[in-house]
Amino acid sequence: MNLSYLSFGLLALTVSVSVVKADWLNFRGPQGSGYAATIANTPVEVGEEQLAWKAPLPGRGLGSAILVEEKVFITAASGPDQQQLHILCFNAADGAPLWERRFWATGRTMTNNKTCVAAPTPASDGERIYALYSSNDLICVDLEGNLKWMRGLTLDYPNASNSLGMASSLIISENTLIAQIENDSESFAAGFDLADGTNKWKMDRPKAANWTSPTLLQIGDEEVVALQSSKGILGLLPATGSSVFNYEKGAATIPSGAASGDQLFAPSNGLTAITATTNGDAPTELWNESAQRPGTASPIVIGDKVYTINTAGVLSCADRKTGERLWRGRLKGPFSASPVAGGNGLIYVVSETGVLQVIDPSSEEENKVTSEYELGETILGTPSLDDGAIYVRSDGHLWKFGS
Amino acid sequence: MKHFGTLFAFALLVSTGFVPSSTHGENATLNPLLATLKEVGPEGEGNAEAAAAWEKITEEGAPAIIPILEAMSGSGPLTRNWMRSAVEAIFEKETNAGTAIDAAALENFFSNREHDARARDLAYDLLTKLNADEAAALIPSMLDDPSPPLRRLAVGQLITRGKSELAAEKKDASFATLNEALSAARDIKQINEIAKLLREKLEQKVDLPKHFGFLSHWHLIAPFDNTGKEGFDTAFPPEKEIDLDATYEGKDSKEVTWQEYATADDYGMVNFNTPFSPLKEVTGYAYTDYESDEERDAELRLGCKNAWKIWLNGELIFGRDEYHRGARIDQYILPVKLKKGSNALLVKACQNEQEQTWTVEWQFQLRICDSTGTAILATNRKPTPEPEVKARRRGGAAEEKK
Repeated sequence: MNLSYLSFGLLALTVSVSVVKADWLNFRGPQGSGYAATIANTPVEVGEEQLAWKAPLPGRGLGSAILVEEKVFITAASGPDQQQLHILCFNAADGAPLWERRFWATGRTMTNNKTCVAAPTPASDGERIYALYSSNDLICVDLEGNLKWMRGLTLDYPNASNSLGMASSLIISENTLIAQIENDSESFAAGFDLADGTNKWKMDRPKAANWTSPTLLQIGDEEVVALQSSKGILGLLPATGSSVFNYEKGAATIPSGAASGDQLFAPSNGLTAITATTNGDAPTELWNESAQRPGTASPIVIGDKVYTINTAGVLSCADRKTGERLWRGRLKGPFSASPVAGGNGLIYVVSETGVLQVIDPSSEEENKVTSEYELGETILGTPSLDDGAIYVRSDGHLWKFGS
Repeated sequence: MKHFGTLFAFALLVSTGFVPSSTHGENATLNPLLATLKEVGPEGEGNAEAAAAWEKITEEGAPAIIPILEAMSGSGPLTRNWMRSAVEAIFEKETNAGTAIDAAALENFFSNREHDARARDLAYDLLTKLNADEAAALIPSMLDDPSPPLRRLAVGQLITRGKSELAAEKKDASFATLNEALSAARDIKQINEIAKLLREKLEQKVDLPKHFGFLSHWHLIAPFDNTGKEGFDTAFPPEKEIDLDATYEGKDSKEVTWQEYATADDYGMVNFNTPFSPLKEVTGYAYTDYESDEERDAELRLGCKNAWKIWLNGELIFGRDEYHRGARIDQYILPVKLKKGSNALLVKACQNEQEQTWTVEWQFQLRICDSTGTAILATNRKPTPEPEVKARRRGGAAEEKK
């Protein structure tokens, strides 16, 4: 063990007594939207000195790592046709592998070469891990790797697949696991019982390929799950699947929206801000900016600003209330991964070419990238945050950076 | 030949109280638990009971590994995964604790080809974790293994040897090695690699369609309508009768008739655009008669980026209305039962309205295999056509490939 690593461990121990642990439980963290106000301390710099550990992965994947307590969970797929599915658990402190569970895919594993079978990010309720794959295998294990249930959704619904690959991630709300299994043929969304994986509800969805992930709105006392598709955005009560709002002006099928309270910043006709209620009324459109069209990366809302990254790798910052662009700057792109940020407001992005970049939006400099590090591998997966740490994965490795 | 020593195994049997596999049938503790795993069904049915059983099974420790592997035979894909994860959870826990695993029993299980192929894959994987060198010594015996992943390992070794022989200019030796590899190969990438070496380095003719089992000779009829993608659910005349001499009204009220078609494509691609020219919003059908020398289980393995349906002997096997999201060999694997004698195969392929360059294809490829990917050749299989002759009108002149 080198000194810097030991120092990091001691620092982490010191910090852990004063900081409430905030888990990163699903794709893009809280509300599935990329911003975790409760994660107050995230790395100011990324580089060799901040590299806490780097662990090898046994197969391809672009789903993010999720964090529960002191464990990191991630999925992968291996074998000639990616027919072997993995759930892996690492010790967050030192990257030591704790356990691995493997399964044979029961659904189709064909994908476009750029994506892969372990594209969706798993989700957790803090007690169990729920892992979904492009093959539509849906698997639940507890934090120790004990199998709790498994669904082969393509066994149940044989035409539910996309020959380019599925990628929508899971989200949990109101004791319900929500998945969008949307494609050109047998397209549906469903809410699954956390305990045994049975359907709590299942609904037909537009027959069109869709790679977006559900986000969560907080409307008054109620959580509402927003399902985005080419047709628009449907708001549902998570436990029942009952519709509470429907935005019908269409939306993107790759970047997902960013939720903040009862507002959703949706990749629709560029970027559209809407506010929703649960009384069945159509959402109110706050503003629309066609010029702020996100590329593959989803937008992120931090405080009174909303940020988008377009297909040219240009980061735009806009006023949340009006949509007016405040500034923009070119990053080292292109990007498949979405931006994430913690309570200190630093934004983390990682390019497809493996350049991890830290952006300080408060910087007076024109170039607001304050730190960057070349990972040396193709990165398509969105980073995950923890107190004092950021996690990034490739097909081959999982990195933890902490300062 | 045993690679994992029997004396060592005997010692372990004594020291760990290992239950020999032959007594599995009498295992009063495990059997009902394994039976519970076998009862998981569609839409989450039986999951709660299976989770409780899984926990108890894993508490049985190392002695449960072989009985669980044995129980995979005849199990469905979900049950096999419940069982696999139980085996691996036990293995992980026991090896982390330093408990000896009975490698000889695992090798015995692996060596019995009557066991479930996936279970044998897993047994081999565990053997590799116990002793990679000893496990590697088993690879040459896998050349005719019914498990495709195991066979792939052995073929891989032959490919490596064949390449070395080529590099050393031992052409005769390489020829023999690579042909042995080709005969054994079921993995598509391996087959392609071997064929490329044989053709380009050793100037050997390779009949890939025959090796794969692609159906190369068809009768085609088109175009019927598919405006608004309505054709997919419209039963045009070929779905009601197969009369190769009939004339029907097709799209835009034009007469359509069946045409003979043969493809020389290495991967059996049946291209509607060749005889009918590229069209949009159309439906086509392909028919062939496949003669089987016995009634048997088989798999129809289809690749298609258009919407499609397939019938065997008048029974709709499957259909899918996805357009231009990609295609590959064995994209869809459909278990069927072949009749002895004539089997009527009808494929429907629908083309949509998209105009992008990557949406021109209106085609499919179909092969018939057993569950290992081994071609099942029809008794009436015609020789693979020569590449220059791609299509022939029924009763008319040959057409050149486009």
